[in-house]
Amino acid sequence: MQKVQDLPGKAPAAARSRPRSRDWPVRVACAFLVFILIVAVVGPFLTSGDPLHINAANRIKPPSAEHLFGTDAMGRDVFARVIYGARTSIIVGFVAALASLLLGLAVGLLAGYFPLADATIMRVMDGIMSIPSIVLAVALVAITGANLGTVLIAIIVPEFPRVVRLVRGVILSLRSEPYVEAAISLATPTWRILFRHMLPNTLAPLIVQGSFVLASAILTEAALSFLGVGLPPEIPSWGNIMAEGRTYFQLRPGLIFFPGIFLALTVLSINLIGDALRDRFDPKLEKRH
Amino acid sequence: MLGYIVRRLLSTIPVLGVVALIVFLLLHFAPGDPAAIMAGDSATPAQLAEIRQRLGLDKPVFVQFFYWLDQLRQGNFGTSLHSNKPVAEMIAARVGPTLSLAVTTMTFSILVAIPLGVYAAWARGRLSDRLVMTLAVLGFSTPVFVTGYMLIYLLSLKAGWFPVQGFASLASDPIRFARTITLPTLALSTVYIALIARISRSSVLEILGEDFIRTARAKGVPERSVFLRHALRNAAVPIITVIGSGAAFLIGGVVVAESVFNIPGLGRLVVESVLARDYPLIQSLILLLSVIYIGINLVIDLLYTLFDPRIRY
Amino acid sequence: METAKTKEILRIDNLDVSLVESGKTLIRDISFTLHAGETLCLVGESGSGKSLTSLAVMGLLDPGALRVSAGRILVEGIDVLAASAEELRQMRATRMSMVFQEPMTALNPTETVGAQVEEVLRVHGEGNAVTRRERVLKMFEAVHLPAPERIHASYPYQLSGGQRQRIVISMALILNPRLLIADEPTTALDVTTQRQILALIEEMQQKFGTAVLFITHDFGVVSDIADRIVVMNRGDLVETGTRDEILARPRQDYTRMLVSSVPSLVPPGRMPVTGAQILEVANLNKVYTQGSFLSGRRRVDALKPTGLTLATGEILGIVGESGSGKTTLARCLTRLIEPTGGAIRLGDTDISAMSQRQLRPYRRRFQVVFQDPFRSLNARLRVRDIVAEGMLNFGTPREEAYARVGDLLERVGLSVEMMDRYPHQFSGGQRQRICIARALALRPEVLIADESVSALDVSVQKQVLELLREICDETGVGIIFITHDLRVAARICDRVLVMQRGEVVESGSVDEVLTRPAQAYTRELIGAAPGRNWDFEHFRPFA
Repeated sequence: MQKVQDLPGKAPAAARSRPRSRDWPVRVACAFLVFILIVAVVGPFLTSGDPLHINAANRIKPPSAEHLFGTDAMGRDVFARVIYGARTSIIVGFVAALASLLLGLAVGLLAGYFPLADATIMRVMDGIMSIPSIVLAVALVAITGANLGTVLIAIIVPEFPRVVRLVRGVILSLRSEPYVEAAISLATPTWRILFRHMLPNTLAPLIVQGSFVLASAILTEAALSFLGVGLPPEIPSWGNIMAEGRTYFQLRPGLIFFPGIFLALTVLSINLIGDALRDRFDPKLEKRH
Repeated sequence: MLGYIVRRLLSTIPVLGVVALIVFLLLHFAPGDPAAIMAGDSATPAQLAEIRQRLGLDKPVFVQFFYWLDQLRQGNFGTSLHSNKPVAEMIAARVGPTLSLAVTTMTFSILVAIPLGVYAAWARGRLSDRLVMTLAVLGFSTPVFVTGYMLIYLLSLKAGWFPVQGFASLASDPIRFARTITLPTLALSTVYIALIARISRSSVLEILGEDFIRTARAKGVPERSVFLRHALRNAAVPIITVIGSGAAFLIGGVVVAESVFNIPGLGRLVVESVLARDYPLIQSLILLLSVIYIGINLVIDLLYTLFDPRIRY
Repeated sequence: METAKTKEILRIDNLDVSLVESGKTLIRDISFTLHAGETLCLVGESGSGKSLTSLAVMGLLDPGALRVSAGRILVEGIDVLAASAEELRQMRATRMSMVFQEPMTALNPTETVGAQVEEVLRVHGEGNAVTRRERVLKMFEAVHLPAPERIHASYPYQLSGGQRQRIVISMALILNPRLLIADEPTTALDVTTQRQILALIEEMQQKFGTAVLFITHDFGVVSDIADRIVVMNRGDLVETGTRDEILARPRQDYTRMLVSSVPSLVPPGRMPVTGAQILEVANLNKVYTQGSFLSGRRRVDALKPTGLTLATGEILGIVGESGSGKTTLARCLTRLIEPTGGAIRLGDTDISAMSQRQLRPYRRRFQVVFQDPFRSLNARLRVRDIVAEGMLNFGTPREEAYARVGDLLERVGLSVEMMDRYPHQFSGGQRQRICIARALALRPEVLIADESVSALDVSVQKQVLELLREICDETGVGIIFITHDLRVAARICDRVLVMQRGEVVESGSVDEVLTRPAQAYTRELIGAAPGRNWDFEHFRPFA
């Protein structure tokens, strides 16, 4: 629960002035994330390389002026593929994170405010959370067959119960807050209590959680694709590029390292921003898991 | 105390039930007819019906569910669609490497992470604290396969200290075991260490803000004792909680790491079974890994009683 | 003995404490001395800096946030501020000790209390394991803990608040320091326990000749125990003097205002209320069942069948210690929890068994004001919307509702312009006024005030109590006033119910109950009420 009762002026001023000298990693993280977002949106227009263009004469070449990151086993330009991969990874990550948050919020509100629904919902959530998420994702893809939609579902299903648990926790603690009890005493309708008095207070933890869900979603997609059970190979994603680079790793480690470094830096940036948001909103809010 | 243990044991029953139900429904509602997959493309309708009957697929869903549970209870995990071997046998053959990897990773991570976290809390705000914590964020931002290949590149290909891939069991060849298990352990540990170190630091710092820490200082307890005796012990519950919940990352990581390092364990079997759409095998593996995860967390919950007397009611 | 008595134990000269980051000074130019065997009360409202002063003496200011920016602190002639960390550590518990406010959190929850007290001896190199244990057991006996052996092996959660505070005191005094700092040591305790702990501190002080620096906001406690008093306000020292100087002849206006705000136990004498009955409660009760089928279900009667009546223009006090069932009663009355049985008749309608949906139209007839003014208001809404919420729920047009918000704010002593502000821009007392305005907006017949002035400083408390009385007389609203503080009840109530362990033990007019109590428990409560011999309003002892 966040503290809403801080004295005016005093605490916020201190909180604002303190981290200034120390937040350069967060600034760098923000800059990098913006860079990746730009690459994801306009990148494909900037690179002349075609990520799908197969050139048998030009297989697994080292980096050169023409092919910045070299070429892969089918002679495709790795730089172009990494740029296109950014788009795939970012889109999958954001869509999955947003869907997890919305679904988790809806179910969490239900569980938190209606005790009758709570027991059943939380049992199911506990069950889903008891299946290690990568294993569940792998299984979901196995059953439904790998395409963009099923990969999204495979990321969302293991992820959203954590959001449910968070939202439910916040709602439960808010229910006993005197200001909510005051609203009940004023005969405020239930939907109004939920949306006017409770929902706004879930936003801060939800945004923080959202950043961690986003990081996790991008990682899960990459892991699925890397294992060969994720996105179909014709869609370039960082995981796919690495999966294909495995065979020639000893010869051309860049096939794995270039997309790998982009992936790690992107996730790192998101996590750093998430940490900073958490510290700002509420130092006591714990990282999920 | 006994009451707590019994209650905690009983409380895992509904979770196990829900997990079993989820795993069952997952495969039950999978598109495609398991019978058709089993029978292959050239099967006749009569063969299909025969397989359906044999698998109980002609019965209502919940009957099938309880039939399946009953089979599990008897130790019958079904037969692989692919190899026609009993699933239990296939799994048993793969448990060893995974277990070794999990145990080495867990031990190594705990031994490194807790001192690291406590140190960072001690050095709060100083450069070394920020360095450790930044490395920790980097640690769980880098996927196991990227860390794994980096280690292979640096320590195997360049330095030549370790074999690139492969696995030998501890019993058959202890030296080769040590050489092959080191890199996967390191790769898997980064995420786990990062998680535990972060929570160790934040829990210790949170406890340091408690009133009883002020009491300890007021009675003249040396700062070292304040940290190790008063703060760390009270921070134990959140720390071991993360060790438990982090086991999910560990299990997921095992799947990936075994693939990177070419270790013939359960993780590889998961991927193989998925690629082969070997439903009985997938079903049993998910169930098994979930049960292991639930079991680890059960042990963790029982460990709480060692650290927090209030739980022994 | 006389020389020991006058020996200077603590001397503070021109002490300033400021924030490390901004350099803002939080306490300024504080000077006083404390002698052996003396009790000096450091008194002030919240934010006065009294706790900071005591932490500075112990060297326990958070080094990352606060620092002593000027002045000198001498404990038995040793300069605390010049001492090294190790020297300071050695002084703690041997020369100076501290007892804190919250006995529930002051002890390490994962160690037995015996081990925690022994640790004091161990870290100061006293004795061996056997002698340490013996010494601790003897100390437990000295602080009147029952069955010392059993207590020694207990964890804090197994002990009551009073017992824990005795543990903390034995921890503080086992090495016989010359200075004991007690920071609101009884504020979190019930009055009867408070009485015992105060007596214990006095007993220990006489036994060991300890100098006690007692920090409190409660002038009742001060009048009972102080030799001398230091009054602080917003970081400044206002006035220093003997007990009688400060309580009977305060020189500063602030001190006069503060002392005269303290409610005394003698009611002002009220006319009996003659209004019509608006609320009748009969056999209202609440039973909780705890535990599972494994440990065996346990039935807890949080509220045994209870009846009461309330008339228009009447203030009915419900008084009791923690666990007496007074809050359960309040929450049942407001239907924030479901009563197990009984009737709540509001006029002719029994609302006790209605569903929340059926209840909604009746909600406007009974309203609540809660204890914590900081958590009672939604921080994200403007005052205008907070106060108007009830009216809008009952279909008042928005414009009309907002216009009435202005009137209400003025009625509770705020101004119309404050409508557009957010709660965080107000002080605790002002927020409680907003809560009262919100409750009054629906023109309720019954107002339930659940410890509504308990979180407020005494001067603000007095104003809010006066406001409630005025509103009651003016609008005829009946008020059920729940409090743990008999003195507050004496000041405002017409009638009181005294509760203990879930039932009413005594009821009657406030004069009757407080001046001629029929029940032993009521007498005990009155006997334990701090400051019952002093008429603060008139700066004199009761004859």
